[in-house]
Amino acid sequence: MTFDTLYFDIGRMDRLSYRETFVHRLDPRAKVIATILFLFTVISFPKYEIVALAPFFLYPVLLLTVGEIPVRFIIKKMIVVSPFAVFIGIFNPILDTRTAAVIFGVSLSAGWISFLSILLKFALTISAALLLIATTSFPGVCHALRRLGFPALFVSQLLFLYRYLFVLMEEAMRIVRAREMRSFGSRGTGMKVFVRLIGILFLRTMDRAERIYYAMLSRGFHGDIPSLKRSRIAFRDLAFMAITIAFLAVFRFLPITEGIGRVA
Amino acid sequence: MSHHIVEFKNVFFRYPDGTEALKGVNFRITHGESVGVVGANGAGKSTLLQHMNGYLMPTSGTVTIGDLTLTGKTKREFRKKVGIVFQNPDDQLFMPTVFDDVAFGPLNLGMDEASVRERVRKALGMVNSLDLQDKPPHHLSSGQKSAVAIASVMAMEPDILAMDEPAANLDPRSRRSLISLLKTFKHSKIIASHDLDLILDVCERCIVIGGGAVVADGPSAEILSNKAFLEENNLELPLSFQGRS
Amino acid sequence: MHMADALLSPAVGTTLWVGTVAVGGYASKKLKERIDDRMIPLMGVLGAFIFAAQMINITIPGTGSSGHLGGGMILAIILGPHAAFLVMASVLTVQALFFADGGLLALGCNIWNLGFYPCFLVYPLIYKPLIGDSHNSGRIIAVSLLSAIAALQLGAFSVVMETLLSGKSELPFGAFVLLMQPIHLAIGVIEGFVTAGVINYVLSARPELLESIAASRSHGAEISLRKVMITFVVLAVITGGALSWFASTHPDGLEWSIEKVTGKGELQEAEHGIARVLKGIQKKTAFLPGYNFKPEGNDPKKAETAPARPGIEVGTSVSGIVGAVIVLGMIVLIGVGIRSFRGRDA
Ligand SMILES: Nc1ncnc2c1ncn2[C@@H]1O[C@H](COP(=O)(O)OP(=O)(O)O)[C@@H](O)[C@H]1O
Ligand SMILES: [Mg+2]
Repeated sequence: MTFDTLYFDIGRMDRLSYRETFVHRLDPRAKVIATILFLFTVISFPKYEIVALAPFFLYPVLLLTVGEIPVRFIIKKMIVVSPFAVFIGIFNPILDTRTAAVIFGVSLSAGWISFLSILLKFALTISAALLLIATTSFPGVCHALRRLGFPALFVSQLLFLYRYLFVLMEEAMRIVRAREMRSFGSRGTGMKVFVRLIGILFLRTMDRAERIYYAMLSRGFHGDIPSLKRSRIAFRDLAFMAITIAFLAVFRFLPITEGIGRVA
Repeated sequence: MSHHIVEFKNVFFRYPDGTEALKGVNFRITHGESVGVVGANGAGKSTLLQHMNGYLMPTSGTVTIGDLTLTGKTKREFRKKVGIVFQNPDDQLFMPTVFDDVAFGPLNLGMDEASVRERVRKALGMVNSLDLQDKPPHHLSSGQKSAVAIASVMAMEPDILAMDEPAANLDPRSRRSLISLLKTFKHSKIIASHDLDLILDVCERCIVIGGGAVVADGPSAEILSNKAFLEENNLELPLSFQGRS
Repeated sequence: MHMADALLSPAVGTTLWVGTVAVGGYASKKLKERIDDRMIPLMGVLGAFIFAAQMINITIPGTGSSGHLGGGMILAIILGPHAAFLVMASVLTVQALFFADGGLLALGCNIWNLGFYPCFLVYPLIYKPLIGDSHNSGRIIAVSLLSAIAALQLGAFSVVMETLLSGKSELPFGAFVLLMQPIHLAIGVIEGFVTAGVINYVLSARPELLESIAASRSHGAEISLRKVMITFVVLAVITGGALSWFASTHPDGLEWSIEKVTGKGELQEAEHGIARVLKGIQKKTAFLPGYNFKPEGNDPKKAETAPARPGIEVGTSVSGIVGAVIVLGMIVLIGVGIRSFRGRDA
């Protein structure tokens, strides 16, 4: 992806996370915990499981729709990060050709089943991760981490990272644009130019860090980044957690999907 | 109200690389005054302002506020009295949301939650930005950013407000609203800028810096209408005077 | 290359997360003991810098493909190991959240692979001792190259191990290693050149800068070689212990599939020359001898010999597929329903 697409992409994601929907208003801690449980449940299925994974798509679909997140945007982002899982997974059908099932006269090899399983798990885990940040502002996630016991120091600098991400991406974009304007053909993208660009960006970053530190001092900073607790776990958060856990447990341990298929 | 008097006495400052940025600066600002510090780029305005709360310490000479003299030990006291709004609001707004940013100072003063919230509300109200409080700074326009940057300093309730190029990144409309906002503040104000129209509008008094020293000090209307003098110091007549001359 | 959730088993994911959290907690504690106030904003802003720098592409000479900065080594050199590890963890966290690069369970692996090795192994064991106090640009290039290559080789090898131990992929160890290590040699070379280039550039443009950071980074909290070694051994023992515990309680988490790949002569020999050649190496490098690379109890190979009961063992049957299709259909309907309901709302 080019710099601009990445930049607009992350900006769009960020803006989605500040929407006001039911999902967005849930306490970040509830969403973080639910996401982790969801991920664990999904990857705990054995290698050849595909059928039992189907019901789990309900979770991302509900977050997508209730959270009013554009489906296509999320799918596009999933495809962008898919190469590694696909690349590793595609060896399964090549290497594992034993016939595992005959579905309506078409024989399916074990390798294809395990590959399909990887793809389904990929779709589920990646969409859950993307939807967490699309429905929870990054500062919200950070505060959740802090209150779930992550070190204050780590969380503070993570918040700084987020705050200056956009500022520095813009700065980098300006530097890159300047390179593009001044370079003709390939000369502008060689190692030397590249290193200089990063070097300049680094120096500017250091100067900025210094100015930020001064601004902090001028407002009484003396080592701690204070913050007011804002979110309180409400009934709806507990309900959300309870329903999620029940849903995960039921579909993890009971062969409901296959049952539906038998009845049908 | 002697404790709000700011005084620079024969202040010299040399940067570590040897640049002599201030070469004997003298002035005195009394309570409630609104003073513009003007001068061409590199004249030493920012350097001067950074002495007001001890980021930089005079190489020689003294800076005092009331009966407090700036030293390594009194830095923190100075920082409570003088609120500086920096040139680039992105450097000033370092917290992830507007609320957190404005609350940063009051929380550092050790205030309790209710008073912090009250301070934040008051400060944001002062710059008409209450509705921005849950936004992250990078979602704001540059005009909004500069308003919030002012609020984050005002929330500390400083005695003196110092600003470095407050209108540098603003479009004309945001600049207008900044000017009318500044006019409503009853604080002592020190505004460094090469935007002479802004100074003329907001400050009754004006100090011209050239080559690291004060070259003129007097009523803004008088100094800023002296074309020959301004040009001598690489400055131009404010637009509002240009039509008339 | 980032590890992905879909390739992980819970056991491996958890183990790496535990390791990462332990190291992160240790680094935070170390830093907090004697941190300079200015380090917190500096760390955050440098994290944002790495993130922004990663978005600038470089064309790799002669290949036409492009690469970018990883950042682990450069951070370790500038900030020292403790702060660098936390910053790298933050950069990867933001990537995992905003780009879903890897995923959240694999994040533990990724922080380990891309943060632990450069900061806590390569920096103290290779970079620091070899570079000393030298500012010689040639030396910086040589040592950075060596360090970056070492860090990336370790990281790539970890990806292989994490994938194999998770048992979701059929790739045999040898072939996987042959795939990953050379790619990361190339990536490591680029990383080394860029790291050295930036350090040299900063040293020539603003020589005082790196020293002033070095002065404010937790005064003198450099790590000693001995401590690193001891910690590493302890971690290795814990990791090994945790893994074998998981392996004994959850056999399917470690189901190896080498035997069934190589055991069958029919398997397109032409296509899998490498895999076959490497089979030998694998047997010799029996790195977890207890497991013997043998398929565990619920061996899907049985399906082959018993085609009459197609795929019960692998959990797939006609009714299962039908059920899955029905369930997915219902979910889509629910989604569309909510969407159109909301649409009318607005
Ligand atoms: N950090 C610094 N190190 C060395 N010289 C500096 C530094 N900052 C400013 N200067 C120099 O000090 C002089 C005054 O700069 P400054 O106060 O920023 O001017 P102004 O704000 O009026 O444009 C200039 O010559 C400038 O180059
Ligand atoms: Mg200036």
